[in-house]
Amino acid sequence: MKEPVMPGATPNPLRSELDRRLPRVAGPSVLVLFGVTGDLARKKLLPAIYDLANRGLLPPGFGLVGFARRDWEHQDFAKEAYEAVREHARTPFREDVWRQLSEGVRFVQGELHDDEAFDTLAETVRDLDASRGTGGNYAFYLSLPPKLFPTVVKQLKRSGLAEPRDDSWRRVIIEKPFGHDLESAKELNAVVDDVFPPQSVFRIDHYLGKETVQNIMALRFANTLFEPLWNRDLVDHVQITMAEDIGVGGRAGYYDGIGAARDVIQNHLLQLLALVAMEEPVSFSADAIRAEKEKVLSAVRLPDDLAAGTARGQYAPGWQGGAEVGGYLQEQGIPDDSTTETYAALRLEVNTRRWAGVPFYLRTGKRLGRRVTEVALAFRRTPNQVFSQVDTEDMGQNALVLRIQPDEGVTMRFGSKVPGAAMEVRDVTMDFTYGQSFTEASPEAYERLILDVLIGDPPLFPRQQEVELSWEILDPVEEFWAGQGRPEPYTSGTWGPESSDAMLAREGRQWRRP
Amino acid sequence: MTMYLPRTDTSQITEALAQERHSIGGGAMNMVLTLVIVTDEADHYDAVRAATEAGREHPSRIIAVIRRDPDAEPAIDAEIRRPGTSGPGEALLLRLYGPLGGHADSVITPLLVPDAPVVAWWPGAGPAEPAADPVGRLAHRRITDALRAPDPLPDLLGRIAHYRPGDTDLTWTRLTPWRSMLASTMDHPSGWVTAAEVQAEDHYPSADLLAAWLSQQLDVEVERTVSNGPGITGTRLVTEDGDIALRRHDGRVATLSRPGQPDQAVALARRRASEALAEELRRLDPDLMYERTATFLRDKALKDTAPAEAGR
Repeated sequence: MKEPVMPGATPNPLRSELDRRLPRVAGPSVLVLFGVTGDLARKKLLPAIYDLANRGLLPPGFGLVGFARRDWEHQDFAKEAYEAVREHARTPFREDVWRQLSEGVRFVQGELHDDEAFDTLAETVRDLDASRGTGGNYAFYLSLPPKLFPTVVKQLKRSGLAEPRDDSWRRVIIEKPFGHDLESAKELNAVVDDVFPPQSVFRIDHYLGKETVQNIMALRFANTLFEPLWNRDLVDHVQITMAEDIGVGGRAGYYDGIGAARDVIQNHLLQLLALVAMEEPVSFSADAIRAEKEKVLSAVRLPDDLAAGTARGQYAPGWQGGAEVGGYLQEQGIPDDSTTETYAALRLEVNTRRWAGVPFYLRTGKRLGRRVTEVALAFRRTPNQVFSQVDTEDMGQNALVLRIQPDEGVTMRFGSKVPGAAMEVRDVTMDFTYGQSFTEASPEAYERLILDVLIGDPPLFPRQQEVELSWEILDPVEEFWAGQGRPEPYTSGTWGPESSDAMLAREGRQWRRP
Repeated sequence: MTMYLPRTDTSQITEALAQERHSIGGGAMNMVLTLVIVTDEADHYDAVRAATEAGREHPSRIIAVIRRDPDAEPAIDAEIRRPGTSGPGEALLLRLYGPLGGHADSVITPLLVPDAPVVAWWPGAGPAEPAADPVGRLAHRRITDALRAPDPLPDLLGRIAHYRPGDTDLTWTRLTPWRSMLASTMDHPSGWVTAAEVQAEDHYPSADLLAAWLSQQLDVEVERTVSNGPGITGTRLVTEDGDIALRRHDGRVATLSRPGQPDQAVALARRRASEALAEELRRLDPDLMYERTATFLRDKALKDTAPAEAGR
């Protein structure tokens, strides 16, 4: 049977679900980048836009408008973008692609509170609609500190840019941090919500754009092998780790007063927890996935005794990677008496039938042993009636490790007999490595996310509800820590403060060395 | 690094591969498929290179079967390229002498990656009936390239007559960017399409496939006109509101014109072999859209020739 032929209407007669070669291509649109002179724009966003164009995923009618304070002409911005692309793009540079893209590149110079600059901006995008056929669809990417959001959003409203006409759309993209506690998150949302309806707000957590994070769902729900293991009957506990080997460096001004928990746990780690712990969504639609994630987040319980169930630390001077490094308090721009934590660990429980009684240990920190992000499920030990204590002495718990970065992949750890006359069992690992092969061709997180925004496909973007739920989890901890004085120092290059190890040791467990 | 095993047999090759794997520390089998390339001495270099490039996206064991002097004594010369020298996968070059050349399947069978799909690729002239070919029989996916045949269109039509699910031709794969561009122009309201035209160099089966695809999907007559190339030079969709035209004269940059819209330049480069191959390897299930389009093309060709023969 043929599909109905209806030109110009949906379904497009040239598209068919049988035709799996045709990629999803964004519709005509303009992407307006605020904060285009920033690091993120230069290193990630502009290259990602080029990579999308190079893969044929951007429409011919695509415009890119940069907005910044700097005194640039269109061609200065185009040149800057060209250099950023040459340096950071993932796919090979092709002159033809760049030329096509750069014909739609514009720059608007101005201050964020300047009415005139926004009028110029409005004029520029409308001019793009006329000259490039961008269809009156605008996405605004606010690569800016959140305190500037109200100004920009108000300006967008005032200049009429926020108002969609006919069947065109408006979308706004904001980056973390989504506030620094529940209250500020709500305030921030109110500002954006005032002008843009919830379905047009895309909150970027670039972690969710990573292939390996999306693979968590594939691993869990596309396989029969793992799902039966994924519950309290077999899982002893779960460890979610995001460790960095660098210090705060240039982010000192932002980081002090925020700390590791707000910076990483609130978004990345709780999102990972949600993906690992959630039930199977009824479909892969945005609403179905978000509903499951929200259920899990609302079922998260903090420990009764926050002193025993949390740990925090601050890196002290030490040796790391063959170099001597200073402590947090010696970093430039950090006050001597700062109580900001650079290491945070939490013990959480998920109060559902599947997970009751299984602790989820979350930890993150700077200047740790190495850079690694992973989720590890440690399984219960066997009763070991057949093997004596001595035989299995070398053996740890079976584990399934989802390595998010670097060296993306999946590791399984289990016991195997050591060759020889005695029955001795030792841990071995089985390894699947994404990184060795797939990642070379797999898109950057920002590529995927920008494309999803332009297509209007929201599953990978957290909703305000999720943001608020994660603040509800974190706020009591932050309040408790605020009354506890200075965090415990830990030597740079180690795996964090002793209190964190003690937190697990009390329950007869220990952190994996990732 | 390359290892040469002259005058060898498959068990020696298997052993060499296993040893190789142990020496790099462990049995991590990250390979997702076996790609068998049936080729000759002249073509094998480019083919293995393209396969290696495609292997970055799809780590695979590449087995190139190169047929040598059919009158010699039967023998195998093997060349093993270790992982790392040829992308993440490994490559085996097998030169088959004498009557063994007609029994390549017996050599390949023990060398396939266990429990992983097999793809056969004929970079040069392919068999008329891929699914019946000794190597093709082993494969889940059979990739031919009609463009390399002396007379491409009849070659393609002949193969379509023997179509089996899993067959595919690179003349179809090369079309994807062009089709994607056309499809995205129709993502937005346009007038009812009443006719269409595809313009390309002569003896270029991709153009006939494109015409067949448009004709079938839009349910209109599509005219196939001839230009000097390179490749496809233009498509025109005649709609009630005016023409949607995509023109490309240099094989690199196309111009898109739509009614009521400014003309736009679009980068639409012709595809390299490795890009086309990588796309082929992305999905290993039968390509139903190709099946529909190809059968449509053949039915139309039969209909066109039938009256001519009847009138003779």
